[in-house]
Amino acid sequence: MQWETIIGLEVHLQLATKSKIFSGSSTTFGAEPNTQASAVDLAMPGMLPVLNEQAVRYAVKFGLGIGAQISKRSVFDRKNYFYPDLPKGYQISQFDAPIVGKGSFEILMEDGSSRTIGITRAHLEEDAGKSLHEDFNDHTGIDLNRAGTPLLEIVSEPDIRSAAEAVAYLKALHSLVTYLGISDGNMAEGSMRCDVNISLRPIGSKTLGTRAEIKNVNSFRFVEKAIHHEFQRQADILEDGGKITQETRLYDADRDETRSMRSKEVANDYRYFPEPDLLPVVIDDIYIESIRESLPELPVEKRSRFTAQYGLGPYDANVLSDSRPLADYFETVAGECGDAKIAANWVQVELLGQLNRAGSAIEKCPVSATALGALISRILDKTISGKMAKQVFESMWNGEGAADDIIEARGLLQVSDTAAIDAIVDDVLSASAAQVQQYLDSDEAKRKKLVGFFVGQVMKLSKGQANPQMVNELLAKKLA
Amino acid sequence: MHTKSVAQLAKGLRERQFSSAELTRAYLDRITTLDTQYNSFITVNEAAALEAAEAADRSLAVGNANALTGIPIAHKDIFCTEGVRTSCGSRMLENFIPPYDATVIERFKAAGAVLLGKTNMDEFAMGSSNESSFYGPARNPWNTDLVPGGSSGGSAAAVAGLLAPAATGTDTGGSIRQPAAFCGITGLKPTYGRVSRLGIVAFASSLDQAGPMAHSAEDCALLLNIMAGHDPLDSTSSTVATQDYCATLDDSLEGLRIGLPAEYFGEGLDVTTGECINNALKELEAQGATLVELSLPHSALTIPTYYIIAPAEASTNLSRFDGVRYGYRCENPADLHDLYSRTRQEGFGEEVKRRILVGTYALSAGYYDAYYKKAQQIRRLIKQDFMDCFEQVDIIAGPTAPGPAFALGAKSNDPISMYLEDVYTLAVNLAGLPGMSLPAGFVEGKPVGLQLIGRHFDEARLLNVAHRFQQATDWHLSTPDSAKGGSL
Repeated sequence: MQWETIIGLEVHLQLATKSKIFSGSSTTFGAEPNTQASAVDLAMPGMLPVLNEQAVRYAVKFGLGIGAQISKRSVFDRKNYFYPDLPKGYQISQFDAPIVGKGSFEILMEDGSSRTIGITRAHLEEDAGKSLHEDFNDHTGIDLNRAGTPLLEIVSEPDIRSAAEAVAYLKALHSLVTYLGISDGNMAEGSMRCDVNISLRPIGSKTLGTRAEIKNVNSFRFVEKAIHHEFQRQADILEDGGKITQETRLYDADRDETRSMRSKEVANDYRYFPEPDLLPVVIDDIYIESIRESLPELPVEKRSRFTAQYGLGPYDANVLSDSRPLADYFETVAGECGDAKIAANWVQVELLGQLNRAGSAIEKCPVSATALGALISRILDKTISGKMAKQVFESMWNGEGAADDIIEARGLLQVSDTAAIDAIVDDVLSASAAQVQQYLDSDEAKRKKLVGFFVGQVMKLSKGQANPQMVNELLAKKLA
Repeated sequence: MHTKSVAQLAKGLRERQFSSAELTRAYLDRITTLDTQYNSFITVNEAAALEAAEAADRSLAVGNANALTGIPIAHKDIFCTEGVRTSCGSRMLENFIPPYDATVIERFKAAGAVLLGKTNMDEFAMGSSNESSFYGPARNPWNTDLVPGGSSGGSAAAVAGLLAPAATGTDTGGSIRQPAAFCGITGLKPTYGRVSRLGIVAFASSLDQAGPMAHSAEDCALLLNIMAGHDPLDSTSSTVATQDYCATLDDSLEGLRIGLPAEYFGEGLDVTTGECINNALKELEAQGATLVELSLPHSALTIPTYYIIAPAEASTNLSRFDGVRYGYRCENPADLHDLYSRTRQEGFGEEVKRRILVGTYALSAGYYDAYYKKAQQIRRLIKQDFMDCFEQVDIIAGPTAPGPAFALGAKSNDPISMYLEDVYTLAVNLAGLPGMSLPAGFVEGKPVGLQLIGRHFDEARLLNVAHRFQQATDWHLSTPDSAKGGSL
């Protein structure tokens, strides 16, 4: 049987506020356990939550970023359950009146095709603390630094059809929220955590199958692997005539498998009801419009502008608009050298290549965009060849200075002196009489290959400094 | 000096007739001598109180004194007090010493008041007789075989027994007014949001409100001046401007329209209590007020509505008492589930557990719409009843409780009859209105309370009416025999 995979994602996005959503404690990652937990975070008796306005602002930003309905009146609710890292015995969340309603955004696949993924809702809530099961001699330690960190839970429609789409969705989401500046998007530090809802149905069927929810999958790669694994598990069951149990499963990255969580851990009646310690969040059009005006150019807008303004293909435009720093870098390079296509090529191939090899990020790039633009200008004005430029770029990467200084210091200036090149071409042709004869006897296809040979010889003799275009022209003339 | 009002004591302190240290010492001595009868204090703050009194004396000496500088105040053991145990009447918090002050406490400290001690109360403020306290019941100074009322029974008994000139209480369904009525003192529950809830151990968040308990309306006004005001750390606290609640105490009652809801004078009201109330109303009429008969048609739904909403909120407010971070923890828990279940089984008393069960049930999937949601809808109707009445009248008056204080043990095995004690007070909390109780006579030596209910944020009017009544009557000046002993 051919199966169609139906996937919906719930992403818990940590908002980049300085303090927690309901207390003044810092949200900085990595502090000593329980040093960033106030009386409110510890749920001491009599303590009350006070809503952090910045979290509301960020949620509205997100909503506007996906063209969603923003609720003018949203309500916080208590979600009740007992767990040691949940100090109050309830989580303050939003249940039936979330701040962000229906929206959607477009994801772009590697083949250039695009799809629109619906967003059901996004709501504000507080994070729980962490239980530490190691290092305490059979006891469990509780770290409440994370308790009360603001989260935006973004729930997608079941519009995703493959692991690749799921990853593309997450990358697009990551790109959007970092553009908006509402999250650092740092997955390693848990700033974006994902629950995957997945079900299968025979291709052509219109009814949804029973789904399983895979909890807390915390990297793009694990999302992909977890979906592949879960697809196979469900397909095996269905093909054996079995039924899928609706349940919560945990992805184990070490064993690359999902397994059922004990029902005790999930069988909860959360007894949601409106949080009486907080007033409903009421916002007006003026507030929403002021946030709309502050929105930066979003990835989708930037992508289409790159296509229109610079004539880039959709894939290139997507890669270059993936993050704001990268897009800004590219635009500076393009502006400096005046040729966006070559700039795009250099940024994607040379620059991103180096960054990947170095495991570094664009923000830490040792070659500034202006410096790279200046280097490309030297290719365009024929001072050096593209091949030479790659060597110069290496040197720039290693901190040896600006392009012009390196070119001069190493004597890499391209030879564009006709007489000098003429002499070398003559030398090559006279030293290669057999090949010349072969050339004269050959058809067009074979001749091309031999020209390559002659060019190579000239470049070798000129130590790569001969202007390749001039070499070609001279060869054509002399072999005619 | 223990027979003096807060206003008189403040004057005495300013005029250096006595020092705050002497005054505080006097009350501490009275507590030592007399509280064995009342059990009104859970914790007496002797050393720190004397220190604070000396500090107050230094302020008084340089003429740098506020209205309450040097006045000893007793606080219900529900207010978190930095460095002073705050048990909330429960075993669960027997060992709990908060590292912070409730906003109310902070305000009293800033005003120079002396924190005398923490008073007895029903466990987590759940009860109408003070019998659910883990620390034993407080007793009524008018007759120690009687309950003092609840949940702020310790505060009421301490003031009535002259162990403190004034006290604070909290009122979720009548917990200031009913004990004030039973003990013959004056108590005010302000409008919801008038006084900060920060640092008050939560019972039912949408109903809880702190207020003053003292001998007179004037003293309540002095205390409310300190307590009232917006607190940015309590999102439900109001930004409506406060007033000087003493400024309008003497205003004339000429033209005042007083509403008398038929539902508060019908079946269930003790006859003699009703007569006391009628006599009190005649006094107000004599001062120029008009009595208007009216109706609060949804009154019959008050008790069921309250006993859905309050336990629902309580059930989740009390989830934090899990033995993990502070408070009681069971011995040698076998695992997490055992830790939770034994800690809560052993740490909470019967009434608290009953309400957690009721509240949990009311919020459960499948029952939420039928109970909690329905109760919230009825709550709006109850509030609307009051709003309609306030179109016709300025205040509403009636009895605070159906009868006077009852004997210890008389209702402790019958929760329903205990819940009926609050039949006239609960609606005020559901509607978020200010309400107060003031002494209006005696039934066989047991005090009777007159309840006054006002418009939202109209505390000044209630205090004005109560003060004018107290200028013409002396019920509030009566002292129980049991309090006449002791020093001074």
